[in-house]
Amino acid sequence: MLEIRNLVVKIADEDKQILNGLNLTVNDGEVAAIMGPNGSGKSTLSYVIAGKEDYEVLDGEILLNGENVLEMEADQRAAAGIFLAFQYPLEIPGVATMTFLKAAMNAQRKARGQDELLTPDFIKQVNAAADKLGIAKDMLRRPLNVGFSGGEKKRMEILQMALLSPSMCILDETDSGLDIDALRIVAEGVNALRDKNRGFLVITHYQRLLDHIVPDTVHVMSKGKIVKTGGKELALELEKSGYASYGEAA
Amino acid sequence: MAIVTPLKTAAEQTLIQQFADSKAELPGGPAVRKLREDAFAGFEAKGLPHRRLESWRYTDLRALLREARPLADGAAVTEAVKARLAALKLDGLRLVLVDGVFAPDLSTLDDIPEGVSVQSLSEALVSQREGLSRVLSGPSVGADDTGLMLNTALMRDGVFVEIAEGRNLEQPIVIVSLASGHEERAVFHRSVVLAAQGSRATIVEVSEAAGEAAQQINGAIVFETGDESEIQHVRIVTRQAAASVQVQSLLATVGAQAKFDSFAFVARAGTLRQQHFVRFAGEHSEIGLRGVNLLRGSEHSDVTLIVDHEVPHGTSRELFKTIAGGESTGVFQGKVVVRPHAQKTDGSMKSNALLLNDGATMFNKPELEIFADDVVCGHGATVAQIDGDQLFYLMARGLPRPQAEALVLQAFAGEAAEFIGDENVRELVMHEVESWLQAREAASEVSTV
Repeated sequence: MLEIRNLVVKIADEDKQILNGLNLTVNDGEVAAIMGPNGSGKSTLSYVIAGKEDYEVLDGEILLNGENVLEMEADQRAAAGIFLAFQYPLEIPGVATMTFLKAAMNAQRKARGQDELLTPDFIKQVNAAADKLGIAKDMLRRPLNVGFSGGEKKRMEILQMALLSPSMCILDETDSGLDIDALRIVAEGVNALRDKNRGFLVITHYQRLLDHIVPDTVHVMSKGKIVKTGGKELALELEKSGYASYGEAA
Repeated sequence: MAIVTPLKTAAEQTLIQQFADSKAELPGGPAVRKLREDAFAGFEAKGLPHRRLESWRYTDLRALLREARPLADGAAVTEAVKARLAALKLDGLRLVLVDGVFAPDLSTLDDIPEGVSVQSLSEALVSQREGLSRVLSGPSVGADDTGLMLNTALMRDGVFVEIAEGRNLEQPIVIVSLASGHEERAVFHRSVVLAAQGSRATIVEVSEAAGEAAQQINGAIVFETGDESEIQHVRIVTRQAAASVQVQSLLATVGAQAKFDSFAFVARAGTLRQQHFVRFAGEHSEIGLRGVNLLRGSEHSDVTLIVDHEVPHGTSRELFKTIAGGESTGVFQGKVVVRPHAQKTDGSMKSNALLLNDGATMFNKPELEIFADDVVCGHGATVAQIDGDQLFYLMARGLPRPQAEALVLQAFAGEAAEFIGDENVRELVMHEVESWLQAREAASEVSTV
């Protein structure tokens, strides 16, 4: 379970405050969507949960299963179960995707006191997960995300999510840059991971993604706060009326 | 009328004395003797290179060599030397120099492949062979370098390797140059590789020290490669005493329709100046000069190169990667010269550096000197920090910061090392990169910028 209480955040080297006392809970097994206009702080929220250093937390706490993650480095948060699917996955030239996947899986296992994966087991797991997402073997040998299309990068994020098996998944604008077929594949990948022990926080501008990943809860974010919470029908309402009534233009 | 006599430093005075004392016993017939005398006269007129010379601006050898150490005059084959040799994992013909002197007993002369001949340089120098002076002089673009002049004047030994026409060597030829390092010495060595038409080979130079005493090493390697040859040179300079000062020159003259590649790996090398003087002697050839410099502490690595496109249709590629931490300094000075009639030249030069903290410095000075009008030439130089977004991405997947940094750095170095054709040699280099990164991690150094 993810609990965010009165979170106040600014950009580290600037005075600009982005999150202004945000409260949010995502229960195990819940798929929560956050919708909101550009600049409302959605991506900042995802980065702050994952542990990016460019922000300063002025107040509040983020608890994962009761434990405050704000004291942890990004890697420790990952090992604790937080996974952020990036809006713009980074290209890492020179690092083969397989090498990276193995390093990431083993680093998390090590942090949890587990033995390293044996190579045959690792390859079996990767191949099975890659097949489901339609990821070609050739892509796994290429440097991580280098020269991948937008759709390939997002599929690679979901592949990592599947392999690392986190308890709290944050999807930051996962639908951006995807055509309708890629969106369907990615959404199916996410849906396959829905589980009573796993929470999802799906950040998006558009209702479109939520046709494919149907949320239990929809939160509206504006000016660094959650301003309205409802069921999945709230997303449809927003699609019609826009964000204007929440004090911001889309 | 006042006569201006330039002041000689203590080191310069010692070198003058050393040359006077040793020139009679340094190997070589009359032609070589003349070469030595001329080179030393050139050195004596100019002195040790210093920062007011553009090509030595960032590596002030005059200031670095306060005193000239006694000349090494023999190989000190210590137990430590034998241990270093035993630890070196690389197959192929092994030719060993200890303190700049060829040590046949430590070499694997039984492994000399067919079509390859090996002599010590001292034997070759007295051999009166035709064209020896030309071979030893190398490309004209290096002729006025005083560091090289000193090497020419004082070179004592090395190996002289010839590869016969059409020979394709599957295993590398490994020239191991070990400093015994049990006392402070000055070493002047030079090796020569003559690769005849159509030959193919990988030549690896491994330069290490077995002891902790600071060395002053002035080494050179000369390549003359024939038409249609494919020669790869890999230099690995590592495990040197921290206070060592080294100048390593590479002289290459490349025939027509040939390929010549040189890759230099530098880590734990004290103060090192590498200078590459490379010339296209025939058309439709490709030259690649690449390298990786890993610097910590107060290490200093200078790569200065001149590529001389003397003929049309030449392709040259330079790619140097520097990772500098601590208080270290990296230098890249590259000059691509395209002569007036060298049309259709294709040149690309890159130097990329990552600075790991505020104390580290990188000087990048790429230059193009183009006198032809139908060429494609470009250069790029970057100095950056480790990309924070890349690091965050890797950490968000569970990699602890030191491991995430190591992965990014390894990949950065790997982009240049991947050009090493011989798989075993490439793996050895990447293994050295890993071991450097592990040492850095063990010392709990993470980037602070």
